[in-house]
Amino acid sequence: MIHKGLSIRGIGARTIDSVLRLGYAARFIARTVMSSGTSLRRPRLVIRELYFTGVLSLIIILVSGLFVGMVLGFQGYHTLQTYGSESALGVLVALSLVRELGPVVSALLFASRAGSAMTAEIGLMKATEQLSAMEMMAVDPISRVVAPRFWAGVIAMPLLAAMFSAMGIFGGYLVGVVLIGVDEGSFWSQMQSAVDFRNDIMNGVIKSAVFGFAVTWISLFEGYDAPPTAEGVSGATTRTVVTSSLAILALDFLLTAFMFRGL
Amino acid sequence: MPDKNIIEIKDVSYAYGTRPILTGINMNIPRGATVAIMGISGSGKTTLLRLIAGVMKARQGEVNVDGQRVNNLDSAGIYRLRRRLGMMFQFGALFTDLSVFDNVAFQMREHTDLSEAMIRDLVLMKLHAVGLRGAHRLMPAELSGGMARRVALARAIALDPMLMLYDEPFTGLDPIAMGIISNLIKELNAALGATSIVVTHDVQEALAVVDYVYYLSGGKMVAHGTPADIRNSSDPVVRQFVYGEIDGPVPYQYPGRKLADDMRLGA
Repeated sequence: MIHKGLSIRGIGARTIDSVLRLGYAARFIARTVMSSGTSLRRPRLVIRELYFTGVLSLIIILVSGLFVGMVLGFQGYHTLQTYGSESALGVLVALSLVRELGPVVSALLFASRAGSAMTAEIGLMKATEQLSAMEMMAVDPISRVVAPRFWAGVIAMPLLAAMFSAMGIFGGYLVGVVLIGVDEGSFWSQMQSAVDFRNDIMNGVIKSAVFGFAVTWISLFEGYDAPPTAEGVSGATTRTVVTSSLAILALDFLLTAFMFRGL
Repeated sequence: MPDKNIIEIKDVSYAYGTRPILTGINMNIPRGATVAIMGISGSGKTTLLRLIAGVMKARQGEVNVDGQRVNNLDSAGIYRLRRRLGMMFQFGALFTDLSVFDNVAFQMREHTDLSEAMIRDLVLMKLHAVGLRGAHRLMPAELSGGMARRVALARAIALDPMLMLYDEPFTGLDPIAMGIISNLIKELNAALGATSIVVTHDVQEALAVVDYVYYLSGGKMVAHGTPADIRNSSDPVVRQFVYGEIDGPVPYQYPGRKLADDMRLGA
């Protein structure tokens, strides 16, 4: 074991460690995708996980969506009215949510609500030898435990982001139209004509699918790779939230840059 | 005709990196026997169990289970072999998200096409064998340590294995639970017509249950024989273990600098 300090050697050792882990993570996700047969044959396994990752995340997603939308309503109105264009409030709320805030904020919430739970659950299953027991019973934990959770995460994320955006638009409507009194007709009609299905909505869906893939991958890998101790599992859970959040923001930047290149 | 011995281990050595864990192990376990592998923590006994179950592969020597060379099997072959093995883990390793019933039914649902009605009957029979038929609705978190171990035992025998492996089955149990488990090990071995290997450091319980003992120390097989042979062994290493002597060939003090040096008493 090389001593990891602040020396040049330490930097080298840390770099090698990170590259190695990245390699393990890549092999892990490849194995997971290749072992998806069981999940396809027995969709009940995926549905069960969809309940845990998706349905149980609904409350936090819907409430956050509503509040983000309401804040957008206030802030948007405040800025737009100085140019006399408060009738564009609907467009502003809808575009900010569908393109950016919906996918990004719901993915951040998903990482801290469902991702951390997945890491802790798999890490503890490993620490209490449940995964070894499964292997001893000739059942592959990757196909029985990991793959169903992976597909559930990938499916749940775009749906949660869509519900976040819908709830946010409703929040913007509540504040803008009901509370402040922006004209309801122009709020909705301007939104309808300005939001493009392919460029705005589909791009948002693509983003949230990518985030769902990344968050679920990170969460499952951290859990599977966690040292089988209390300290190891708590560290892995923290890393899941931190790494996922950074990955979401970095990917969002890259995806946005690509999507706007064509416009 | 099947071989007389279900397990034949010849000259097996295993190293973790450059650190040797097992060296030159030889053992034969006849069908129907109940055998203990004993030794202090770190003597390599759990590693030996893992080599038998194909969790790790010996690079030197032969590990034969039921006529198959485990260290040459691919992963599909090992999974096929494991369907005929039952293993009970140290703390049970029950699936905490499944009920007692679903834990025992797990392998039947994964590996067989049995109907749910048939599975229900089989699961209740297995639970009855360990005295926990009435507990089939409970979740693992609601079980005591001894009960969890018994459920794990019922789960391990779900598909009537030919070979049962027990990893430290007595650790952390009260005397009554210990008695129940050791009794079950003996009874189930006869009822299943299986062979059992018990890896343990609980000397008295194990000596009461098994037919034969292998004693490992520092990765080497230093003694083997019937429980009576082991009790009467004159080997100081075995004696220290069997009678729990504090100091002996296994030193009390963790190796380090001399006491006088650490206390700065050096002249």
